[in-house]
Amino acid sequence: MNPDQFVANHVKSLPRSGIRDFFAIVQEMPQAISLGIGEPDFITPWKIREASIFALEKGKTSYTDNRGLLSLRKEISKYVSSFFGPDYDPRSEILVTVGVSEAIDVALRAILNPGDKVLYHEPCYVSYAPSVSLAFGQGIPVGTSPQQSFSLNPEAFEEAWEPGCKILMLNFPTNPTGGTADRAKLERLARFAVEKDLIVISDEIYAELTYEGEHVSLAALPGMKERTILLHGFSKGFAMTGFRVGFACGPDWLIEAMMKIHQYCMMCAPILSQEAAIEALRNGTEDVLRMRDHYAKRRDFIVRRFNEMGLACHLPRGSFYAFPSVEAYGLNEVEFCHRLLREEEVAVVPGTAFGPHGRNHVRASFSTSYEKLVEASERIERFAESLASEKVDQTAV
Amino acid sequence: MSNLLSLLVETADPRPEYLAKVLGVKQDEVERELAELRDSKTILGWMPILNPEKSASEEVRAVIEVKISPEREGGFDRMALRISRFEEVESCYLMSGGYDLLVFVTGKTLNEVAAFISERLATIEGVLSTATHFLLRPYKERKQMLVEDGLLEEKPPVSP
Repeated sequence: MNPDQFVANHVKSLPRSGIRDFFAIVQEMPQAISLGIGEPDFITPWKIREASIFALEKGKTSYTDNRGLLSLRKEISKYVSSFFGPDYDPRSEILVTVGVSEAIDVALRAILNPGDKVLYHEPCYVSYAPSVSLAFGQGIPVGTSPQQSFSLNPEAFEEAWEPGCKILMLNFPTNPTGGTADRAKLERLARFAVEKDLIVISDEIYAELTYEGEHVSLAALPGMKERTILLHGFSKGFAMTGFRVGFACGPDWLIEAMMKIHQYCMMCAPILSQEAAIEALRNGTEDVLRMRDHYAKRRDFIVRRFNEMGLACHLPRGSFYAFPSVEAYGLNEVEFCHRLLREEEVAVVPGTAFGPHGRNHVRASFSTSYEKLVEASERIERFAESLASEKVDQTAV
Repeated sequence: MSNLLSLLVETADPRPEYLAKVLGVKQDEVERELAELRDSKTILGWMPILNPEKSASEEVRAVIEVKISPEREGGFDRMALRISRFEEVESCYLMSGGYDLLVFVTGKTLNEVAAFISERLATIEGVLSTATHFLLRPYKERKQMLVEDGLLEEKPPVSP
């Protein structure tokens, strides 16, 4: 039997995730300090966990409406209106999904015909390019730059546009760079989206974790609600990664199209997670602010330390990742990560795991305790010093 | 709350060199502020939070609801301070509701605590009544759970 012939070509041609490769190595070193984790170090607030337990005790173990519990959709509608701005009808314009990852997949599959093009910024979340490929689309990555703190650059999208573009996919604040998008740039991007008749998939999963300025949702800008799918979820802000619950808000015809796929491949998000999500929206927003304040302090610490040790690092204005450059030490990002892990037992993720535009950078999550951050920063500094002295030796030779 | 104080509350690590590193300030600045916080009695002291099951502590703890008669000058304060000064008293709070003071008492044995209450506390002039509850088992101390929570051995060390 030839296994190769049974794996679909478009799956076979997908590259392995850089994260996956690195994960295998780090897993062999359980004593290493990991700054490679893309999730909060906080446990889900107890009131939210308790709501899920209560639902289980009450025997809430059934399927739900494909779109999600109406009571959850009503809460989502209220929350989105107050936090993001636009009003969505809970009956027809909201779909509860299994995390934002499912929502991205379903949205792309609902919109793209084979060969349709998708503009997205890079570095970006690991699933963007593969999800486009799996939907038989063609991705057009548009680089964001360290000089602009990896923030949104609408001009770059305008230049990258070509006939056949159908979707503009964004994630601000961004995993892995912490880049954000200010109102003026979003307004320009919105005009571009209208002019080129693009659907925007706006993944705003880190919206609550914005440390400077306001979070502006693209869907809230004039003329955008009708062409935007706003994606959000509970994993990051509410520290609920394992619950796997997110949602999409958009025009009813698009939500209906997404729902068709969702109902056949997923049926519905787990009811216990939906119950937890209701509690999160009703009573968990104070917890989000508390966690955000903790992240902000840790961010200030780790960014300062990276810059002190010569790893140029912009201030991430959102998310919980620092994205320093390792260029000064003459190693590429993959060599840097592997040697840092081997020599000092600290795990950070190569920037190219988030696309080629992440070259010469590494992602370090500051969603971890001060104790670990302080120890990790000392080890990274020692490693950086050893690299600097290697460089001096090479120059002398 | 100052940055230093909120960091201390969060990490409970009083080492000046560590605090200076995290806050990005000079160590002598931290030492000066710590001294000020101690002098002004903002920081009263340090005490580890122990898990009695692991620290082999045989200590007996009781919580006592005390009714007292307020005094014309000074209200409850003089009585509360008088009770608080006993070595055996760990904490003492003025309460709203059905009694006036909530007093936490520790001792080596149950008899020792009982003797303190019946012979010293209850006999103070102005103490109208006491109701004593012995603590059987702690589950949470000063925001620390006594059972390990949220440890997922299989949590991936790297994730997207």
